[in-house]
Parts: sequence; structure tokens; C-alpha cells
Amino acid sequence: MTPQEENFMRKIEAEEKIEPKDWMPEAYRKNLIRQISQHAHSEVIGMQPEGNWITRAPSLRRKAVLLSKVQDEAGHGLYLYSACETLGISRSEMIEQLQTGKAKYSSIFNYPTLTWADVGAIGWLVDGAAIVNQVSLQRTSYGPYSRGMIRICKEESFHQRQGYEAMLALAKGSPEQKAMAQDALNRFYWPALMMFGPHDSESAHSQKSMEWKIKRETNDDLRQKFVDQTVKQIEVLGLEHPDKNIKWNEERGHYDSSDLNWDEFWSVINGNGHCNRQRIEHHVAAHDEGEWVRDAISAYNEKKRAKKAQNAA
Amino acid sequence: MSDQIKDAIQEYATRLGDDSVVLGHRISEWVSYGPFLEEDIAYGNVSLDYIGRARMFYTYAAELANDGRDEDDFAYMRNDREYRNLLLMEMPKGDFAYSQVRQLFADVYYTLLLPELLQSKDETLSAIAAKAIKETKYHLRRSRDWVLRLGDGTEESHKRTQKAVDQLWGYTHELFDMDDTEQLLADEGIGVDVSKLRDAWLKMVSDILTEATLTVPEDSWAVRGGRTGYHTENLGHMLTEMQIVHRSHPGCKW
Amino acid sequence: MTNITEKLELFEVFVRSKRGLDHKHVGSLHAEDHEQALEYARDCYTRRSEGVSIWVVKSADICASQEDDADCFYDPSDDKPYRHATYYVLPDPVNNM
Repeated sequence: MTPQEENFMRKIEAEEKIEPKDWMPEAYRKNLIRQISQHAHSEVIGMQPEGNWITRAPSLRRKAVLLSKVQDEAGHGLYLYSACETLGISRSEMIEQLQTGKAKYSSIFNYPTLTWADVGAIGWLVDGAAIVNQVSLQRTSYGPYSRGMIRICKEESFHQRQGYEAMLALAKGSPEQKAMAQDALNRFYWPALMMFGPHDSESAHSQKSMEWKIKRETNDDLRQKFVDQTVKQIEVLGLEHPDKNIKWNEERGHYDSSDLNWDEFWSVINGNGHCNRQRIEHHVAAHDEGEWVRDAISAYNEKKRAKKAQNAA
Repeated sequence: MSDQIKDAIQEYATRLGDDSVVLGHRISEWVSYGPFLEEDIAYGNVSLDYIGRARMFYTYAAELANDGRDEDDFAYMRNDREYRNLLLMEMPKGDFAYSQVRQLFADVYYTLLLPELLQSKDETLSAIAAKAIKETKYHLRRSRDWVLRLGDGTEESHKRTQKAVDQLWGYTHELFDMDDTEQLLADEGIGVDVSKLRDAWLKMVSDILTEATLTVPEDSWAVRGGRTGYHTENLGHMLTEMQIVHRSHPGCKW
Repeated sequence: MTNITEKLELFEVFVRSKRGLDHKHVGSLHAEDHEQALEYARDCYTRRSEGVSIWVVKSADICASQEDDADCFYDPSDDKPYRHATYYVLPDPVNNM
């Protein structure tokens, strides 16, 4: 180990944060860029499935709540792009990687939102799963990422609560509303569990990320936490648990559950989800359509500067 | 308060609520379609302000109606022929220039209207105006800057912005129309006499358009009808989408 | 694919959360100029009334110390304990000085 590497590892082991200007191994930087940008892209692409229901929200209150929630996702994307930019990559590079498929985003957003209840299920389950992961990431070793996570966690609990509240209204509503809620739960429960990633034994980046304290808890541990906390929440809604094998294990102090359909997981990751193409096309289309606006801004700015210079002369 | 005045205020609050919900909805269509992330977030805030306004106006209208209806009955259970919003608000989102020009027209309008409404003898209308004035001050700052940038940006942005101005101009005339209901309320010191705002609006808008190197259109055409429910074809589609879930489950809570 | 947000400049955002407190760095954003950066900072970083005052600074204008300078910047103060109040031992009755 070089003295630089030793110094770096000493900080990691002492739970000191790594900050932007510090020396860091190239692999650490790359690993961080991969994880943070993927996280940022997930927030941004995540605007689409819920955004799909803003214009159809069934009450003005729900419309305002959903709009501010989706807006928060954009905000979180911004915090994360901002954290990632401190590592020496520009936002446009990151966006290009997203649009060309070089960078990934969470597969959960490749599932379609088919009914209003899906908005509730996403807030409750998808944001719920994200929070479990993000709470853990508040202790990540890279300073800007950690601070971003702390900020995001503070805002995210509103997301889960509004989703659960929307589900509650449906579950306690008409038979049609309740059926809608059950259907959404059935469809989003499994993909939400998959959000924690493959089993640790199969995860390509897990070990190094744990060593560098980029990740603080394993995929399976976090998933277990989520499984455990969700049982009671389903019960309170009065809905049926989608996993027929869910069973309390006294010895482990955790719920036992069915294994996931990993073929589906890999299939969606590899582009075969309902919405993979649609999500990227939407992003590209909005981005391309914004081009002339961004051009106009820089042209205007250029003219303004020229005018200022002329006035000064 | 006489029944006649009470009915007029209810109608007035409904109109202002309709303006707000329709424009708020149109802006919300931009979410995830903005030219960059920061703008996506910022424009969302404007939409939220309008939806908030709609809720306040409708809640007041419902209170005056006192027939068991609530804000959502006003927003979701009335057809396009019953909606009383200004046509300008219902025009589709168009491109970014189109939306920002519409926004400028609306923001200048509210910049002039709200301080008058603040003076209303009706405490609720005055209170809503007090809250909305602050929002509009910020909205106008944004839309003004955008029209300047787009008008005086590139050749393409200039062309698009001028086109938007020309296309929307004819819908701005009815912003200043008065009918019996609004005249009654204006006479009572409750509503705003919008016919008196036209000159100031024209001056402010013209100054901004000129600074943006844009041409102020001639008043060669004018389309009217929003306040009587005689809409463009756009509103029907918008309401169909907006109301579908609510109406598919009659009487349900959300 | 075109280069996009680089047409806009990167700004660092500092927010004073309450009167009497310092401005604190909260993140960054892209904007055309200082005015737009201020407006976007308001929309992006104070959606929940987190602030009463905002500063924006062009990221390029920030001059930062380097980790390599840490030795000569900060170590010299390590041997000056007499700058700290705790260095001076006073009798208990007057020790809350």
C-alpha cells in the first residue's frame, strides 16, 4: 500500500468521511460515481410512473400531494447529481450515460402504473424500501453522498406516509377501491423486494463497497428489514399478504419469506420490463425538446455579457 | 348579505377557482418534461400555488352554496359547459415558449387583479388575495425572465416566442370583460372591475415584450366565451382526463 | 447527443435556516446567472421553508485548500494549546470564567 492508500484506509476505518478534494483510489471514485449516478437517475426516472397520474389524481388534495412528491424526486435527483459532480463528472456526462444505457437506474421504475392505487403502493412500498436503503447510506463514507442522503431521508418520510395514507383510504373504501389496492400491492410487493438487489453472494459490487463503507449493510439484511416492517403495515390495511409463505421465525427473530423470482429480476434489468424503452424515450424526448431552451439561455447570457462589456468600455 | 349578492360571490369564487385549477393543471403537465431539472422543480412550485388557490376559492364557493358539496365536487363533478374559466388558461401546454408567454399574460393579470381583490369587503376573498399576491410576485419574476431570455435568445427561440404571443393574444381580451355578476360585485366593493386593468396590463406586457425584442400584436382578433361556458375544444379533453378516476367511483373518498 | 447543462454554470448554494445562524452549504445547481441561481436555489433547496436567506456562489470562484496542505495549514496550531481556555487551570470557585 502506498502512503496515500494507507492514509485513505485509515480514514475509512476511523469512520472519517472522505471529502471531494481528498486523494482516493480510482476504483473508489468509479464505484461511487456508478452508485450515486444510478441513484440520481432512479430519482429522475422515478418521476415518470407517478407523474403518469398527476393529471388524473382523484382529488385536489391528492393532486397537490402527488405533484409535490414527484417534484421532491426531481429535487433528490438534483442533490445526488450535485454530490456526484464533486467527483469530477459532469451532469451532462451522467445524462448521456443514462440515455445510452451505460448507466442503470432502479428496475422498479420499469413497471407500469396501471391504476390510481399504484401511486399509493409506490409511495408506501417503493419509497419505503428506498428509505430502508437510504437510512443505511446516511453513514456512507463519502461526505457529499452522506449529506445528500441525510437531506433526502428527512424529506422521504413524507413520501412513504402519503402513499400509505392513500392506500388506507382505498382499503377502507368501496369494494372496487379495496380491490384496486390489493391489486397494486400484489404487483408492487415483489419488485419492491428486488430493489435491494441480488443476494449478496451474487452482487458484483457488494464486497468492495462494504469494505470501503460506501455500502453499510448487505442487500439481504436490508431486504429482511423491509420484509419485517411491511407485515404489520399490510395487516393494518386489512389486505392479504402477497407472500403466502410469510411466517414469523422465533429463532431468527425475523419473518421467513418466499425466495424471489430472480429470473424476472434479471429479465427486467436486461431491458424486458414493460416500460424500459418508454422511460428512456420519455427522458430523451424531454431532453431533446429542451435543447432550444437551453440554447436560448446561453445565447441570451452571451448577449447580456457583451452588452455589459460594451457599457463598461 | 342579500341572496343575490351571496349567489354572485359564489359564482365569482367558482370562476376564480376554475381559472386556478385549469392553469394549475396545465402547468402540472410539465412535470418530467422540463428543459432541465432545476426548471422542472421550479415550475412545479407554480403549479402547486395555483392548485392551492383553486382549493381555497372552491372551498369558499362550497361554503356559500351550503348544499353539501365540497371543493372536489366543484373541480370534478362539473362539465366543461359548466366551467367558467378564462379561455387563456385552458389552452394546451404547447412548447416551453407557449407556456411561458401564457404564464406572463396571466402573471401580469394577477399582479394587477390581486391588489384590488385584497381591498375586497369580503374577508375571505381578501385573505386569499393576500396569500396569492406573494406567489404571483415570484411567478411574474420567473415568466418575465423567461420571456426575455427566449425572446432575445436564439433565432429559433425568438421565432417560437413571437408565435406564442401571436397565437395567444386574441385570448387575452376577455380577461378584461365584465358581466352583470362581476359588475354587481364591483359596485359593492367585493369584486374587481377588471375592465379598468386593461391599460395597465397592456403597458406592462408591451414593455416586457419590447425589451424581449418581440412585437406587440395588433388587436385584430378576439375570442371570448370562457365566463359563459363557451370553451375551446381543449377544455373537454383536459377535464376528461382530470375527472376520470373521481367520476368512475361515485361518492368515494380518496 | 449534445452537451447540455454545461451551457449553464455550476453554483454552490448556502442557506441561512434561521436568523442568527450562519449560512450553511446545502448543495449545488446549474443556472444561467446569479439571479436565476438564486431563484432555483429557492425552489430546489427551500421547498419546506428551510431558509430565510440564500447565498449563491459560482463553484469556479471558490478557492479551496488542498488535503496536501493540511500539514502546513493546520498542524502548526496543534502545539499552541495556550490558545484554548481549558489550558488554564483555575481554582474551582472561579472556574466558570
